[in-house]
Amino acid sequence: MNVLAYLIAGYLVLLGAYGIVRSQHLVHAVVCLSITQSGTYVLLLAVGYQRSASAPVFGSTTKPNLHVVDPVVQAMTLTDIVVSATVTALLLALSVQINKRHGTVDPDELIALRG
Amino acid sequence: MNALVALCLVLPALAATAVVLTRDPERQAVTLSVFGMLLCLLLLVLQAPDVALSELGIGTAIVPLMVMLTIRTIDKDRRTRKSGEGTDKDGDS
Amino acid sequence: MSRRTRLLVFLVGGGVLAAAFVVGVLGIPGFGGSEHRYRDLAVPAAVAHRTANAVAAVNFDQRAIDTFGEETILIASTLGAVALLRPSREETVRRPPDLGHTLESTRLIGYVLMPLTLVLGTDVVAHGGITPGGGFQGGVVLATGLHLLYVTGSYPALDRLRPLLPFRTAEALGAAAFGVVGALALIGTGTFLGNALPYGSLGQIFSTGTVQVLNLVVGIEVFGSMVVLLAAFFEQEISVRKQDEEAR
Repeated sequence: MNVLAYLIAGYLVLLGAYGIVRSQHLVHAVVCLSITQSGTYVLLLAVGYQRSASAPVFGSTTKPNLHVVDPVVQAMTLTDIVVSATVTALLLALSVQINKRHGTVDPDELIALRG
Repeated sequence: MNALVALCLVLPALAATAVVLTRDPERQAVTLSVFGMLLCLLLLVLQAPDVALSELGIGTAIVPLMVMLTIRTIDKDRRTRKSGEGTDKDGDS
Repeated sequence: MSRRTRLLVFLVGGGVLAAAFVVGVLGIPGFGGSEHRYRDLAVPAAVAHRTANAVAAVNFDQRAIDTFGEETILIASTLGAVALLRPSREETVRRPPDLGHTLESTRLIGYVLMPLTLVLGTDVVAHGGITPGGGFQGGVVLATGLHLLYVTGSYPALDRLRPLLPFRTAEALGAAAFGVVGALALIGTGTFLGNALPYGSLGQIFSTGTVQVLNLVVGIEVFGSMVVLLAAFFEQEISVRKQDEEAR
């Protein structure tokens, strides 16, 4: 089961995409997008993991050594988490405005409204 | 592979399934918060304390709060629109 | 496209993607392997710059230009969300009602935990270069701590304790200061966002050079940004009403 972590990450991405496809409420779609993003975080961190290695932080008890997990993928992931929260906020604000202008947040009904 | 890592991998997957299959967005905020906590646990087990800290704050508190506020705004707007529909003067839809 | 057609298209596309993903995953080094080329380069570089937290070193020293881009996305999205949630012409902003009944124990926990969380958040930001933490995490903890006042049930109290102009200014200044520090580092070391300040010994709070400064700057920016964002959502939900509803 060496690849379980990668498969779980792929499952999360596809699950979120399925949720967006079958969604009937814009806010539900935004939450499923958040699930998809979490799948990418799991994939990144799974790539950087080493069995029985420690966290890439040194101190008085941990002298600098190379037996740590990869810090580069962790750095990418942690900025991404905070920034994607604001992008989610932008999408939620869009849903609020769409509801005000069109009176509905159902994606199927929104396609029918034109002009 | 470690049993703990395997368990911590499977739990967020189950929670994510619950999030996607919950139709009502107001309930989804709660399940999203639970998913955030389980994901934070996974990140800790994968030896990433920095990432776990930011996921804890964002996924458990800030994003579910924004989702709940959005849902309440949308529902409130729908309610006033519905109650105002009978008394609309100029006939716009 | 009807719902059934959409589902069929997704099943076909998703199936192909899943198959390709599984084939790809079987070819990369297994989970938990010991070959990590980036780690072998990043960790010695972090230690050479006396930064005990290798993740903070990657974020603010080795790949600082990426973090510059990310925090620009942060401020742009906050700007967009606040602009979208601004009350339009046919809406008024009324004084928020002081309603609701919260348990005494909830209020006590909120009042006690709020200053503690604010201090903890400042600690997380300040020690970002040497322990797990940093600007992004600490800013989020600070914002969540401030909103514990809302949990105690009193939105007017939160409104009074959270004047919006300082937070907007803090957010904008934080974003700009990142670029300014980078430009100053350009004068100092010849590369934009290079590490220009002197190093100390590993594990001390001021040993990391510009990583410390950038941590502080990003912490201020994330704190301001989250508070402004949540304030826009709160205002929409609690205070904004359409004008004809006021007349009713």
